[in-house]
Amino acid sequence: MTMHDIYLLSPELSLAGLATLVLLVDLIVKRKSYLFVLTIVGLAVPLGFTLALLGSLDGASMMENEGVLRDTLVVDKFGLFFKLLLISAVAIVSLLSIDYVKRFEQFQSEFLVLLMYSATGMMLMASTKELITIYIALELSALPVAALAAFMRDGRSAESGLKFLILSGISSALLLYGMVLVFGLTGSTQLDDIAERIATLAIYTDQPFGSYALLMGVVLMVAGFGFKITAFPFQMWAPDVYEGAPTPVTAFLSVASKAAGFAVILRVFYSAFGIEELSIEWSAIFAVLAALSMTIGNLVAIAQRSMKRLLAYSTIAHAGYIMVGLAAVSTRAGSGDSSLGISAVLFYLSGYAAMNLAVFSAVIAISNRINSDAISDFAGMARRAPYLSAVLAFGIVSLTGIPPTVGFIAKVYVFGAAVDAGLEWLVIIGVLNSVIAAYYYLRVIKLMYLSEPPSTDSIESGIPLRLAMLVTSAGVLLFGLYPTGLLNFVKSAAQALLSTS
Amino acid sequence: MSLENFLLVGAILFSIGMYGAISRRSAVVVLMSLELMFTAVNITAVALSRYVLPAGLIFDPSTTSDLVTRSLLTGHVFAIFIITVGAAEVALGVAIVIMLYRNRETVFVTDANQMRH
Repeated sequence: MTMHDIYLLSPELSLAGLATLVLLVDLIVKRKSYLFVLTIVGLAVPLGFTLALLGSLDGASMMENEGVLRDTLVVDKFGLFFKLLLISAVAIVSLLSIDYVKRFEQFQSEFLVLLMYSATGMMLMASTKELITIYIALELSALPVAALAAFMRDGRSAESGLKFLILSGISSALLLYGMVLVFGLTGSTQLDDIAERIATLAIYTDQPFGSYALLMGVVLMVAGFGFKITAFPFQMWAPDVYEGAPTPVTAFLSVASKAAGFAVILRVFYSAFGIEELSIEWSAIFAVLAALSMTIGNLVAIAQRSMKRLLAYSTIAHAGYIMVGLAAVSTRAGSGDSSLGISAVLFYLSGYAAMNLAVFSAVIAISNRINSDAISDFAGMARRAPYLSAVLAFGIVSLTGIPPTVGFIAKVYVFGAAVDAGLEWLVIIGVLNSVIAAYYYLRVIKLMYLSEPPSTDSIESGIPLRLAMLVTSAGVLLFGLYPTGLLNFVKSAAQALLSTS
Repeated sequence: MSLENFLLVGAILFSIGMYGAISRRSAVVVLMSLELMFTAVNITAVALSRYVLPAGLIFDPSTTSDLVTRSLLTGHVFAIFIITVGAAEVALGVAIVIMLYRNRETVFVTDANQMRH
């Protein structure tokens, strides 16, 4: 490992270092709020390194797609895009949790530390190109989350942690079996080698995917990754885990974990299974899963009475919308711009991060004070907390996909990519689903603005929460009104991924 | 012994583990079934690594001896990583099960159903 390797890995290394530092400083300082300041200020270091790496890529002082540590990791714009997204998500979630974690008293620092270790794993997930490393990064991101979900140490939280751990264990066993089969077929765990080898394999036209071994491998890997992104039929854990876990952890899970899952899916399927015969087949799998995730997520969400469960089902539905982009990626018909689907996925993920974190910060601010997350307790909230309700309503409008928010642009972009790839039927299902979603989303807004409040006590929120709400809703509005900058960045990230494979 | 024997043992073991993980009530047995699934993957990985010629050797005849060892051992390294991570997973799992037991006086996953909409 040379100095240059350390520089290439500096975002991950500095984030893990920051986590360890927070753990150590916790032993010395009495006031735990300093730790949050340290974390949020300290996140500037990995952020700075990521931006520096981006600069080196642009300035050509560094090779494009340079491999690190015997080619197990790669530094390219695609990975750096996700690192920026994940670091911002960690920063926002730390802001959200300052008030919330006061109840953990002496364990506040561990909460932050687990959050950061998990984010380190997610950042590694976005930049691996080797199966063993993908597995290690995946587990590094999942195990701290299981501990975080069980952090409240009461029955519900323990239940949530246990469910996450067991189901993530089952899904990683499926994933591993798939990986091992692919390894056995191709003799390599390097994604590039796998692609090269698959291209030379005899393709049996009477078997799906050219051979049953590859079919098994791919299907098992889809199952393993599907758990991460809460795609149907691997979504059962989401509502229970989301409800029982501390709300900031829920926010982190729904945004960061999902982004990292999509990063690794894009990387694996584009690098290893990118040849045209295969991509037609796996895009069909993703198209069906997308349609089912959207429909089931939205239909079940209608019946929910808990805000956190509602958001859990909405996150399943949004996984479906994003997977439309995943399915559109590969068909490669249409205008010939094969990176359209990938950039739609990336744009949707960044927009979703902004709007979902906005919603969650308002929900945390409100439900932390009224000690309930039942939707009916949000009645008349506009009179008790006008600003919080405005942020919540704005976030929900964006989740519904109404202009001028980023949610609208993201949906247009994803569905546009699908039409371009010849998946009109999927777009029709997607649009119908947006209508269903509007019903239960707008019902929350109606309840907040038109119902009588049960009491007239006003609800105050702390400065960190206000800051988080300001940043996220500014993001929702800015990316909605001026999406060009983000679009260009996302496009170059998508092209970087295609040029690797 | 041919490769098929090992693959078959792996597949059977994986299915037993999967069945146990889905059907058992006790969280401890579920964690044991998870280990069974990981073991099945390990058997498959090591067997495939022993019988399948690594891709690196096929494509580049002028490989260094370092690369040869590296490619030949991929499956074994994979297995070692799986064992290590599996151990960490079970350690965390047992900790959570103990916490659940302190709260509810049960280790049955079927009783862990407080959350229903």
